[in-house]
Amino acid sequence: MNSRGQLLGLCVLMVILAIGPLLISSGRWIEFLELTLFVAVLGQGWNVLAGYGGQYSFGHAVFFGTGAYIQALLQFKFGWNPWVAMWFAMSGTTLIAAGIGYLSFRYGLRGSYFALITLAFAEAFHVLARSLDSITEGGRGVQLSLNQDPSQAIAEFQFNFAGPFLKTYGFYYTIFIILLITYLLTWLMSNSRFGAQLIAVRENEEAAMALGIDAFRVKMKAICLSAIITSSAGVYYVQKFLFIEPGIAYGPAKSVEALFAPIIGGLGTIVGPLLGSFFIHGVGEVAKEVIVYFVGDRPGVDLIFFGMILILVLAFLPRGLYGLLEMLWLRLRGKHNA
Amino acid sequence: MDFFDFNLPSYGWSTVLGSAISGVFLGSIYALVALGLTLIYGVLHIINFAHGALLMLAMYAVYFLWQAFGIDPYLAMLIVVPGGFVFGYLLQRGVIGKASHGRDEIILLVTLGISIIIENAALFFFSATERSVRVPYDLDGFDLGVTFVVYPELAALGGSLLITFLLWLFMIKTDTGKAIRAVAKERQGARLVGINVDHIFAVCFGIGVACVAAAASLLVPTYAVHPQIGYLFVLIAFTVVVLGGMGSFVGALVGGFLIGIFEQLGRLYLGESLGVITISFIFILVLLFRPSGLFGKPAG
Repeated sequence: MNSRGQLLGLCVLMVILAIGPLLISSGRWIEFLELTLFVAVLGQGWNVLAGYGGQYSFGHAVFFGTGAYIQALLQFKFGWNPWVAMWFAMSGTTLIAAGIGYLSFRYGLRGSYFALITLAFAEAFHVLARSLDSITEGGRGVQLSLNQDPSQAIAEFQFNFAGPFLKTYGFYYTIFIILLITYLLTWLMSNSRFGAQLIAVRENEEAAMALGIDAFRVKMKAICLSAIITSSAGVYYVQKFLFIEPGIAYGPAKSVEALFAPIIGGLGTIVGPLLGSFFIHGVGEVAKEVIVYFVGDRPGVDLIFFGMILILVLAFLPRGLYGLLEMLWLRLRGKHNA
Repeated sequence: MDFFDFNLPSYGWSTVLGSAISGVFLGSIYALVALGLTLIYGVLHIINFAHGALLMLAMYAVYFLWQAFGIDPYLAMLIVVPGGFVFGYLLQRGVIGKASHGRDEIILLVTLGISIIIENAALFFFSATERSVRVPYDLDGFDLGVTFVVYPELAALGGSLLITFLLWLFMIKTDTGKAIRAVAKERQGARLVGINVDHIFAVCFGIGVACVAAAASLLVPTYAVHPQIGYLFVLIAFTVVVLGGMGSFVGALVGGFLIGIFEQLGRLYLGESLGVITISFIFILVLLFRPSGLFGKPAG
């Protein structure tokens, strides 16, 4: 499918996501959609760097966590307004990303070595967040105060005590708007000169450089864009849960969550992370229900299925669910034409 | 903010020496875990993300052998080492080799998938409870003056030296060892002279898992088993392998000791919590400035 086709598909999905929830009033479903879109944003951040740029990060939590911590600490320590803090959270994370990218790419780390160094940075930030009590509040984490004044709901970016509509849909539409912006950004990127250069670097770095592409610059831009997207998910997380601690911010779970959705949905495609996120959370919920029904509630079930799906997709669907849908679509059209 | 006027404490030489010696013993455990990882990397060029999860699984096996049949953790080696070999052989042949299409990043992701499945299956079946094996001799030991050493620590040190020696002997003396080295050097050439490369890959992965199973037996008397323990060790094992030079046994041993010593000194000077940052710090520095490590051949 060409990129116009992808954009059309994306628009259809966005319209469904914009209107669909209004028809559901069940809080549980809204929560499910919020989580799915959150992971889709996290996944798009990873996808920009790995799917389009071929740089597989195993420590993407470093961008999620830094965004979340800056957002939380600026409010907690200095009483900043969340709408102001978020710009500092995203640009601060981008600076960190530029630092990590500069070191990794300047010293020519590729493939598995890039994966390892991102993992090492995530772990270093994990230790720092846990140990520097005077800055990060240490292992207890940062707990933001709950705003109970409905008239301040929008000003304080907290919808827990807002009017009936915002209370139900406030966070859903927040993550939806973040999704809309980040996916449009990704679409614009993939159709720009920079996007084409990034894909060229992914396919063959030496050949791209021989054609005059500055691979270092291209990868630096990609890691910064990836960090902006991923940190916006961190900002959302803090406003939604009003809490962050080292394990949630920098632990391996977020790094893993960020890569599941795009790989399963389709690496290097715009809708891939969204498709993947819907698929794994759909399957995860069903698996949980079935297991809870048969053996009772126990942790770990959904992740066992995610791991299996990941391996099966890597083995049999190298282009993910998007590749599968595209193949079915082409086959269907082929029949009509004949 | 007291962080900014932060002074390193000063200690007498005996405290520092004591810390360094306990670092050597801790490092021998890291070396044990890293040996299998470096073997797998040296031949298959796989960074086996599932290594920690496999360690955890082997530790559970040792634990349950002790709990159900009263088998001593050290004797359990006779069961878990062959078991680990078979498991590793089948895992490489049946899953990793088939799913990865021979691409480095995909292999990394497949082993990550395996580690997620194993870790969460352990959480599902065994719960997050910490389980520890009590052996009658686990607190016995001797006093070195600057630090106290328990016998299980000594066993881990002896075990790491012995396993390194055995691996080296195996690679030099046996036909399989020669075939492994041939495959590591030149895959296509090895195939042309009639070596079954897929079989050698799986044998190699099997030996790697057997090593981690041996490490598990030596660890169980001093470490409690829980589903996340693999993750704690795997990051350190990666650091050890990268520092020592990927694919080098001596490197894994020396790297293990160095990391153990650095970690203990880090804890002494920076405190229990911040001290472990020395490991991430060394990891990043080695990756940036000397990715071939101390004993590895520079990548060409």
